[in-house]
Amino acid sequence: MYTKRPDGRKFDEIREMKAKVGVVPRANGSALFAFGDTIAIASVYGPRPLHPQHLQNPEKGVLRVNYDMLSFSVPERKKPGPTRRSQEISKVTEWALLPALQIKNFQNTVVDVHIAVLQANASTRCAGINAASLALAHAGVPMTELVSAVSIGKIDDKIVVDLIKEEEDHKEGEGSTDIPMAFLSESGKISLLQLDGKISSKKLKEAIEAGKKACKKIYELQKKTLKEIREE
Amino acid sequence: MAKSQNKTETKKAQKEKREIVVPGEKIASEEDYLPGEWTKKEGNSIIALRFGLADKSGRLVKIIPLSGIYMPRKGNIVIGRVIDITFNGWIIDIDSPYQAFLPITECSKFVNKNDLSECYDIGDTIVAKVLNVKRKGIDLTTKGRNLGKLEEGMVIQINSNKVPRVIGKEGSMINLIKKESDCEIIVGQNGVIWIKGPKVENELFAQKAILFVTEKSYIEGLTEKTKEWFEKSKNKIEKKNKEE
Repeated sequence: MYTKRPDGRKFDEIREMKAKVGVVPRANGSALFAFGDTIAIASVYGPRPLHPQHLQNPEKGVLRVNYDMLSFSVPERKKPGPTRRSQEISKVTEWALLPALQIKNFQNTVVDVHIAVLQANASTRCAGINAASLALAHAGVPMTELVSAVSIGKIDDKIVVDLIKEEEDHKEGEGSTDIPMAFLSESGKISLLQLDGKISSKKLKEAIEAGKKACKKIYELQKKTLKEIREE
Repeated sequence: MAKSQNKTETKKAQKEKREIVVPGEKIASEEDYLPGEWTKKEGNSIIALRFGLADKSGRLVKIIPLSGIYMPRKGNIVIGRVIDITFNGWIIDIDSPYQAFLPITECSKFVNKNDLSECYDIGDTIVAKVLNVKRKGIDLTTKGRNLGKLEEGMVIQINSNKVPRVIGKEGSMINLIKKESDCEIIVGQNGVIWIKGPKVENELFAQKAILFVTEKSYIEGLTEKTKEWFEKSKNKIEKKNKEE
């Protein structure tokens, strides 16, 4: 039985979140987002001309996401450079953000999003999506809504919000299942749902409900962060 | 009398209603509003399509962007850099999503068709006017007063959304800065500013003033504040000179 979380949180409690906008002055838009000690920064450049030319789309603008974990972000040094994992996360982040964007009028251009994970303790892709969504809004890219993401886990038979590394590695009972998911803020649509492990369809529905609730809280923080820019 | 009162009231109402909105947020839910720039109508409510200040002037609701890349409009004066020369014109980088094109026919000077670089060479900074914006590509012209190549001076870059604050009402702010720093200044709508003064010190002083304005852009009555700032920094400079 899984009764207590290693960091003493409640089962539906998110780690302490931190969000800040404008952390990279050189970029058109940038943001930092942290779930506890998982920290991601995102910077947005563009829309700008896309090179090489064969990647250009004459019908609509292109979104290009690059996710990277810095070599000092994990206890064991990560070899720098793209990996199979980072390529996959870049792609799913792109798909998670695209439904919220309105870049069809920027033909032949690209919006570049660079996500760097400064410190990793699970849910890095969710922190990355949250940061990227803030950064895109900050860069003035036309969007219909914001995107919020959270990772929901099933540990043994308990639904748990915002996993940490220790919980991801839980082995007893049914083991651990990690489900990162992203929601669009207004329409409530799901733009990312990945599943790593085993789960029954009933439990999955429960997990999605928990994710929806958690994402509302994240959205409130994102909104607050953007509205506070003026006071700086 | 009644009319003027009415006017001040509407002005007040406008000021109260300008607040920051995030994408997807409902700005107005009453039926009698119309969607303006960067907004859309969904049912009875008006939804923000980008991050910025919501402005309700009359029935029209629009968003004034606070950030983001420069989008060229017809008639804008911009400052750009020549990045390439083709057989019939120059390609100019004006810090917008698309590169701009300046055709030979829109150059004010006589151009030797065999060597376009005699007129504008790669790397030159030029002031130009946006002639028209097509679906893809921007056309420029340098025909007109004060347009053409910029020599000497320095170029700084600011957020293009803050250009209206740097210029001020009917140019009040920019004229103040010009007067106080004794510099020639050209502000491009794309956020590129060219400064030329008698000495480097003057240019740096003008740059400092412009950066002050962009940092404090959300304050009301900014021209007055800038005047105060000029007096303060002038005193400082005098003190420094005396000490030396």
